[in-house]
Formats: sequence, structure tokens, C-alpha cells
Amino acid sequence: MTYIAKPKVAHPSLPRNELGLTTRDYEGAVSTLCAGCGHDSVTAALIQAVFELDIEPHMLAKMSGIGCSSKTPAYFVSQAHGFNSVHGRMPSVTTGANAANRHMTYIGVSGDGDSLSIGAGQFVHAIRRNLNMCYIIENNGVYGLTKGQFSASADIGSLPKKGLPNQQEPIDPVSTALSLGATYIARSFSGDKEQLVPLIKGAIMHSGFALVDVISPCVTFNDHEGSTKSYSHTREHYNHVIDVDYIQPSEEIKASYKQGEAMPVHLHGGDTIILRKLDRDYDPTSRADAFKYLRDRFNAGEITTGLLYVNEAREEMHELMQNTDTPLGQLPYEDLHPGSEELQKLQGRYR
Amino acid sequence: MAAVNDVVIKIATVNGTGSASANGLLRKAIFRMGVPVVGKNYFPSNIQGLPTWYEIRVTGDGYSARSDRVDIMVAMNAQTYAQDLAEVEPGGFLIYDSTWPRSALLNRDDITIIGVPLSKMCIEHFDGARARILMKNIAYVGVIAALLDVDLEIIKGLLEETFADKAHLIQSNMEAIHLGYDYAVAKFPCPIPAKIEKLDKTKGHIVIDGNTAAGLGCVYAGATVGAWYPITPSTSLMDAFRDFCARYRVDPETGKRTYCIIQAEDELAAIGMVLGASWNGARSFTPTSGPGISLMSEFIGFGYYAEIPAVIFNVQRVGPSTGMPTRTQQCDLISCAYASHGDTKHVLLFPADPSECFSMAPIAFDFAERLQTPVMVLSDLDIGMNDWMVPELEWDDDYVPDRGKVCSAEDLEEMESFYRYLDVDGDGIPYRSLPGVHPKGAYFTRGSGHTKYGGYTEDSAAYQEVLDRLLVKWETARTMVPEADIRYSQFNKAAILTLGSGDGPCIEALDRLEAQNIGLNYCRVKAFPFTDAVKDFIEKHDVVYVVEQNRDAQLRTLLINDIDADQDKLVSVLHYDGMPLNAGFVVDQILAEIKKGRAA
Repeated sequence: MTYIAKPKVAHPSLPRNELGLTTRDYEGAVSTLCAGCGHDSVTAALIQAVFELDIEPHMLAKMSGIGCSSKTPAYFVSQAHGFNSVHGRMPSVTTGANAANRHMTYIGVSGDGDSLSIGAGQFVHAIRRNLNMCYIIENNGVYGLTKGQFSASADIGSLPKKGLPNQQEPIDPVSTALSLGATYIARSFSGDKEQLVPLIKGAIMHSGFALVDVISPCVTFNDHEGSTKSYSHTREHYNHVIDVDYIQPSEEIKASYKQGEAMPVHLHGGDTIILRKLDRDYDPTSRADAFKYLRDRFNAGEITTGLLYVNEAREEMHELMQNTDTPLGQLPYEDLHPGSEELQKLQGRYR
Repeated sequence: MAAVNDVVIKIATVNGTGSASANGLLRKAIFRMGVPVVGKNYFPSNIQGLPTWYEIRVTGDGYSARSDRVDIMVAMNAQTYAQDLAEVEPGGFLIYDSTWPRSALLNRDDITIIGVPLSKMCIEHFDGARARILMKNIAYVGVIAALLDVDLEIIKGLLEETFADKAHLIQSNMEAIHLGYDYAVAKFPCPIPAKIEKLDKTKGHIVIDGNTAAGLGCVYAGATVGAWYPITPSTSLMDAFRDFCARYRVDPETGKRTYCIIQAEDELAAIGMVLGASWNGARSFTPTSGPGISLMSEFIGFGYYAEIPAVIFNVQRVGPSTGMPTRTQQCDLISCAYASHGDTKHVLLFPADPSECFSMAPIAFDFAERLQTPVMVLSDLDIGMNDWMVPELEWDDDYVPDRGKVCSAEDLEEMESFYRYLDVDGDGIPYRSLPGVHPKGAYFTRGSGHTKYGGYTEDSAAYQEVLDRLLVKWETARTMVPEADIRYSQFNKAAILTLGSGDGPCIEALDRLEAQNIGLNYCRVKAFPFTDAVKDFIEKHDVVYVVEQNRDAQLRTLLINDIDADQDKLVSVLHYDGMPLNAGFVVDQILAEIKKGRAA
């Protein structure tokens, strides 16, 4: 962490987005995480993504549970409401918040302990509901704040700093989300901002549950030789299968894409993402193919990254429930109570 | 002893045999004769096959409690026959299905035993196994109608309402009624002396259960988000909310809903959703029972400390652990009052009947939003799931929800800076901003240590300042909660103090004691924290009999803890067998204490 507060002044040459804001306007408090923590890179990618998407800061809700990852919402967009809830319960709070106001953008930042152990149930059920949110897992395979215990995402054979290697099967959030029917599933690496920013942008714009599993090494407890979540291990075994280019409705598609290697996906809100396939045979709209590919590459020792699955057809929670468009929390009371006369009428059935 | 318009009918059946509608028909018919009734259901944690009972107390005096005797037993369940036979008051009646022979050993000569070949008659008159089982239930209603002189025209009228467009069902049900009725009239002297005579005492009243009333109350309170995990005995509250919303909250043209009900994966998630929705400006609630409160506790503490509204209905059942899930108790008073780790205390409301379940719903939302804290409404299985006669529910069309201290976009625009936890008004209640309203209102909601400005802190003084301010808010809550129902009958040194469903039995007990020239004063608390009037009431008496339905005298503990009540004055009357409290128990316990030398 740094003790030097950054001055809140924007250099005149800093680019501004459509709201006239610079990236500085999307920054948050100074990080208190360890120097070199992968999570800080994810924070930087998040700032870039919401800046580029012209999101009004106060229309963003930053949600989290408990753990190192869950501290990060304090480090971006100070002008957005944040909710640092209890351990593993971010999905339920976000579900309720979203139920009350469907017009806001919800970014949940969680960790592998928060989402795959204590909060596994909530993670799973938020997916089932196809809650419209961007769900980021900052995945480092360890518990940081309690000093280095393995988490449920630790790979078999991965070595801790001290003690015996992990022997339990890892829970892979991507395969889990795939089996549960999540509608946007991506994996990335905190060390690859170029890939991460468009993946996050796509996740935010996607209507429904969007998971971005980010390998985000823990420099203090899990960045050593023998760890499968270290910077060096991740770089060595990185398999870039699909990159994403995010195209806003106002923009033309300028880049030229080779047939078979590019695939446009039209999002609900009118935006488009272009999937650039580095492996021509990969079909990110097929759950079965995605499963097989992930499994095969995992067995080959690779960490598959990119937008691995997308389904724009399934309706998100409010659509499934046929809820009114006005945020439920903003409905005028007159529309909500049936009145005294109706109460009289209704009570006929209880006489 | 039974008398005209003072008779208790208990119907013993097997769970899942469809007796509920027959029992409801009988209870409604008596109500329509203008005679007050109480309907209590004693049911097992089971779908089909285990014993279940329905008890109808006909009470011309209009008491609301369960009776302590049974005058007429309808013994339809061979499994519990011996027990049911033993329960009948001397001079009472037992009706059984004489299609099959009854063991000669199981007899009593101090009661009248009436055999009616119900199965045989129904097999002869109806086709199909299901119809025969259902009609057997209707036939015993006919027998009771004959014995008690229940108006058959009223029964017919009720059937016509129920089966408005199914004429053949009206006819077959009436046929079943007559099978029982005619048989009884032919074979036994009908009606019996303790019959039902028409009165005019149910006008302006309804019969309703507390969960239905609470669900309706949530609709009227303007709740838009309900999250829950199914648990007996609270499930029917959300079922009711769902039914009323389907009726009142769906746009007839677009089919769009102005409510959102989420069946959560567990209670931990249910309360998380409620907090999330309330944080974001919706009136949100969850119904649950004791085990659910245990699971919600961490989040309830979060809501208290981060100061987020939430409304929780706890329909209490027998604990601890899973306990007896279908029996009633008031056993979560302490666990709710102090739910969560750390220093927390919560506003509790104690409805005494379904009418208060309805009227306290908007109060709970108002308090939750005004005080920015979780508020719990503690009813119980007896109130929530049984049929109570209460005055018709009323609604004041001038009601405006109290959304509390919420800054508008304009307020925020004018402010230099917004600080979430500042006690601007000195009442311990800070100002709140809602997400999505204005960038200046943004703050970071957290359960970790925070300063009055809302920032993270590990500074002792700054942390303690917020914690102490929450105590100021607690005292503000004390001035807001509904006043206790206090009745001074005359100058007495002794009194009864109770809460919730203890009200009915205690009021009846007061009458019975009065009849023995023992006049006691009365206090029924309606909320926690306790008001100054409650403190004053206890101070004025030498002895206060604290009547509650749990083993450990939890209400008494709260009185001592919250208002420093003199524990030597507080004498416990504890009922915790899982059955609803009755007046006889209260009277016996108090008389025993008086015998020991306690003041009366």
C-alpha cells in the first residue's frame, strides 16, 4: 500500500468521456492492499471500463462481501454507492438492491473464498435467477486476510508457502457457472489489462448474470514457486482463446476481422461485442463445447481465458418476473395500496 | 360445563383427509349465526397420515383464547381414539364412526357416546374413494349441526358461496350434511341443552388468521420486495402477500407487476435481499420463524450497525433447534431482542391477534425506515395460523408512509458534503441517501468500524462515538413504539403482565379471578423497548405476574434488562408445552401463588 494520497486534480490533457469526466473521476480511495496485489490491477481495469462506458457514477452500485477482494469497491468510483456486506453474502444483497432498482448498474467484487466457500450457495443462486449484474471473482487461491490458507479454488498439487500441497479438487467458478446456466462467462488475468477491460465492459453491458473470473495473484501468500496461481505460473500457462472488442452503438465497426475468427454478439441494449477467436474451432455459444474445451485445456495444464460462453437470449430476473419498468423502490405509494373501500369489499370472504 | 353458546367441539382426524374445509364450514356457520367462535388447528409436521385436530370454541362471551375443556369430541381417527375419549369433559359427547366396531374396553359412562355409521352412509351415497372420504367429513358436520341446532340454511348459503358455479357440489355436500343430520335427529335427542342460539355478536367482525392479515398489511404498507425461505408456521404469510399482490399489484393491461417476491436459497439470503432492497429504497420484508432468525442473525446485526431498514415477521414456533415445528410458543423474545454478535438490540412489536398483525405491518415499515434499523414483528403459530374473530380491519386513506430521513437529490445538491452517520437532530437518527439519486449522496455502507462521517476507522474514540449514538437512537425508539394496553380495574397491589397471544387467555383469566373476588390490574406490552408507562406500571405494584409462553421467562428477563424492573416483584407464569395458552392455566398458577402468600 502507499501512504501518499493522490491529488484529485485532472491533467487538462486527460481524455474525457461523453459525460465530460476523466478516469480520475472514477477513482476511489487509496488501496490498502499489498504492493503488487493483482486486485489493484483489476480495480484499474474496472475504472477504465466504467469510464469508457460513460456510466454515471451515482448510477453504479459497488457490492462486495468480506476479504481482500471485497475491500476493492472502496478503491474505485467514490461517487458511487458501495455496499461492503457480510462474508459470502454479496449476491443476496445485490439481488435485493437490484430488485428495488433495476435501472442501476451492479458490479459485485468477490473472491474465491467469498464466492466458492462461505458464499457458494448465494453465488449459485444468483446465477439461477440470472440476476443482471457483473460479478467479478478476484481469484488467487488463498485467504489473504487470515494469512494464507488454501481456498476452494486451489489446484491439486499447488504448494502453499508453508506445509503440504493441496489435495482437494478445486472448484472452478467458470465450469460451475457454465453448468448453472450463467449467460456471460469470462476468465481473465489481472496482468492482462488489454484483455480484461473489454471483458468487463461486455459483462457490464450484458443483460443477465455475467461472471468474470480473474486470476489475480496474491503477492504475499501465493506467488511463490509451486503455486498454480502465481504471476509466473499464470503467464506460462495462459491460453487466450477469445478476445473481446466492445463496440458502442454509436461507433462503427472499423477493425477488419477475418471470417471465422470474428463473431459479433448483439447485446440487449443495442451494443455489440466482437469476439475475436484465437482458436477458430471454439464456439462460445455452445455450453457443451465450452465445457469440453475447458476440461481438455485444463488437463493439458492450460488456463483458458477470454469470453468463454455467452447467451443473450435468456431473460434476466426482472424480465422473467414481469416486473414493471419503474424501479420498485420509486413507485408512488398511491399505486401500491388498494384503499379502505377495497378493504371493506375484500373482507366479505372472512365473514 | 357446556351451556348455551358456550361449548367446545374438537374434531380428531387424520392429516391429509380434507377435513379442513368441513371444519371451516362448521365454524363459519356458527359465526354467521352471530355467535363468536374461535378455531384452533393442532396439526403434525406431516403431509398425510398423522393425527390432527381442529377445535371450535363457541363463546357467547366473545373470548379469543383456546378453551381448557372439550365438550363434544368427533373421534374420526382410530389412532388417537383412546386419547380423544379421555379428553372429553364429564357430561360431554363423543361422536365416532360406527361403521366399524369399537373396542368395548374403550368406553366411558360419564359421557354420551354417539355412533354414526359415517363411512357406511357415504359409501352408499357417493362414488369414488376421494369423494367418500371428503363427504364423510361433511357428514359429521351434519351430526354436529343436529346436536347443536346449527341453522342448515346458513350452511347451505355457505356452500352456495363456495361452489358458486358448481351446482352439483352444492347438492352433494348438502346431501352429506343431511346424512349426518337426519341420522342424529332420528337416533338421539337433538338438540342437546348446550346448543347454539342466534346472537348478534359477530356483526362488524371477521374471522381471519394472523399470517393472512400480516400479508395484507404488507400490501397496504406499500411493501414491494419480499424475500423468504419457506418455513412453518410463517409460509402462509408470504402466500397471502403473493395472493393479494396478484389481485392488487398487477397491471391488468400489461401484466406488469409492482412487486417482487423472491424465494431465497435460505434465510441468510432472504435477509440479505431485504437489506439490499431497503438500502436501495424499497419497502422490503421477510417472514420467518425461530430457526430462520438464528440464520439471519449476522445480517440483523449488520442492519443495526450499518443502519439499514428491514422488516422481519417472526411467526414463532416451539424451539430450540427444529423443536416442534407445528406447535406454538413465544420462545424467541431474547434471540430477537439481541439477535447477532456484538452489542445490538432491536425494536420488536408484539401483535396479540390478526387484527394487530395487519395494523402493525405499516407501523413496522414506518419504524424500520424512520429508525433505519431492522424491526421485528413477533407473532406466533397460534396467531399466525389459527382462526381468530376480530373486528373488521380498517384502513385510513390518509395514511402516508414515513420513509424517514432520506435526502432528496435537491437536498444533496444544496449540501456542501453529505455525511452518513452524523446525528444532526440530536435524536440519534442520522440522514440517509439512496443510491441512484445524486453523486453527492454516495457513501460506502459497511459493517466494519466507521466514523460518524461514514469512513472506515479503527480509531477507538471514533468507533465508540457511533456506538454510543446508537443508544440515543434506542431511546428515541422507546418514545415511538406503541403504548402498552394498561387496565386498572381498581386499586390493586397485584397485576398480570403479558404480551402477544397471552392477551386473550389473560383477559379471560382476569374475568374468572374477578368472579372469585380477586381483582388484578393488567398490562399487555406491545413493543420492545418498553415504554416508561410499563416501567411505571411495574413500580406501582407489589407483585406482577408475568405470563408468557416459554420456559426461561424471557419477557421477565427483558423487563429486568431493559427497564431495570425489580425482579423480586416479577413472578413468572410460564406455559411452554406447545399448545396455545388457556385461561384456566393462568388462573390456576396465580391462585397457587396467592395460596403461597403472594399478594392478590
